[in-house]
Amino acid sequence: MQPLAKLLEAALFAASRPLTLEELASLDPDVAESAIRAALDEIRTTYDGHHGVELVEIAEGWQFLTRREYAETIERAQFALRPRRLSPAALETLAIIAYRQPVGRLEVDEIRGVDSGAVMDKLVERGLIEVVTRGEGLGRPLLYGTTPSFLEILGLKDLEDLPRLEELSVALRRPTPVDEPE
Amino acid sequence: MTSPIMRDQTGFVVELEKFSGPLDLLLHLIREDEVDITDLPIAKIADQFLSVINDLGLNEAADYLEMAARLLRIKAQMLLPRRMGDDEWEDPRAELVRRLLEYQQIRELVDWLGRAQDARAERFGRGYEAPPADAPPAPLQIDLNDLLAAAERVISLIPDPMPHRVVPRPLDVEGATARINALLAEHETFGWKEAVGPQATLVDVLSTFIALLELAKRSSLTLSQTEPFGPMVIQRATPREAA
Repeated sequence: MQPLAKLLEAALFAASRPLTLEELASLDPDVAESAIRAALDEIRTTYDGHHGVELVEIAEGWQFLTRREYAETIERAQFALRPRRLSPAALETLAIIAYRQPVGRLEVDEIRGVDSGAVMDKLVERGLIEVVTRGEGLGRPLLYGTTPSFLEILGLKDLEDLPRLEELSVALRRPTPVDEPE
Repeated sequence: MTSPIMRDQTGFVVELEKFSGPLDLLLHLIREDEVDITDLPIAKIADQFLSVINDLGLNEAADYLEMAARLLRIKAQMLLPRRMGDDEWEDPRAELVRRLLEYQQIRELVDWLGRAQDARAERFGRGYEAPPADAPPAPLQIDLNDLLAAAERVISLIPDPMPHRVVPRPLDVEGATARINALLAEHETFGWKEAVGPQATLVDVLSTFIALLELAKRSSLTLSQTEPFGPMVIQRATPREAA
């Protein structure tokens, strides 16, 4: 590997979270972004298929992660534990916020049909959503958006990685007018 | 058909988690009945919804009650007669159907996010540690000087006592006038004490006094004192004088 690739490899190994392109570029201010990208590609190719870990593009950055096939064995030995799954209520709230951001609590409540205050507080506490701005209108409500941690726990590169609404089998559409009721 | 909804003696908190809300429960019923969302048999669904929340003890949960009320209203609206070929007629189910479709889309996203979450959980990063369930906070390391310095900082932040701001209560002259008029209707003469009422506040006294002066000016009553600083006597004016 090139010296730059080795430097990035060392930095990524040392970090316990994804490192963004800007963070990686700060290692050597004389190197162009394109060179960083090339070096990252080199590392990825080197690891690809030859190692138990791989370089993964995640949460708008890069991180070394273990390969999926070893998860069970590692977990059985209790060297590492899977994070607890989010509840359906939390995922529902996250889905709405991810697609509607910036979005206020009232809108989330309305779509879910239940009070979502407690769930949203918990998501803020876990750092998965945050207040991004205040809305217009009465009381200037707090508007929420997702954080990089949200991308990280779902293994997404960025928000573009989320399925497009048109790709869902249930597309949101206007109900067809009904001529006669039951 | 065996319903996955089971009665549970442990109360509705557990059951509430089975459905993330009334829309979830509704979708569940619709799927179970295999009916068309866009042409909801509202009467049937409303009855099922009511019976399920009753069985689950959810009828104390406000969100479910609100949906139950909504369903019953739609059911009632559907029963209202309307003219054939009435273009103005708006399907009372339309808003609910729109919300159900929207919610169904969210549920589909939830499935997707759940799968993404599971896939991500199978790859460990370096130094990853599952967040401890209830780790006790680290013990404080502090010596007496730090503590005193901190106390001093806090004390210096306490502002000087603020003078209490008195917000004047507006005088209620109308109220006093009404009260005096009521007394005038019953008694020909009465004293200041009756006029002002029991346990009068300063505001009541002022209001009553202004009301009396105003009524005297309008010749509704006369005010007199038998001696300087003596008790005030309030007397109903004769009709002639009032006219």
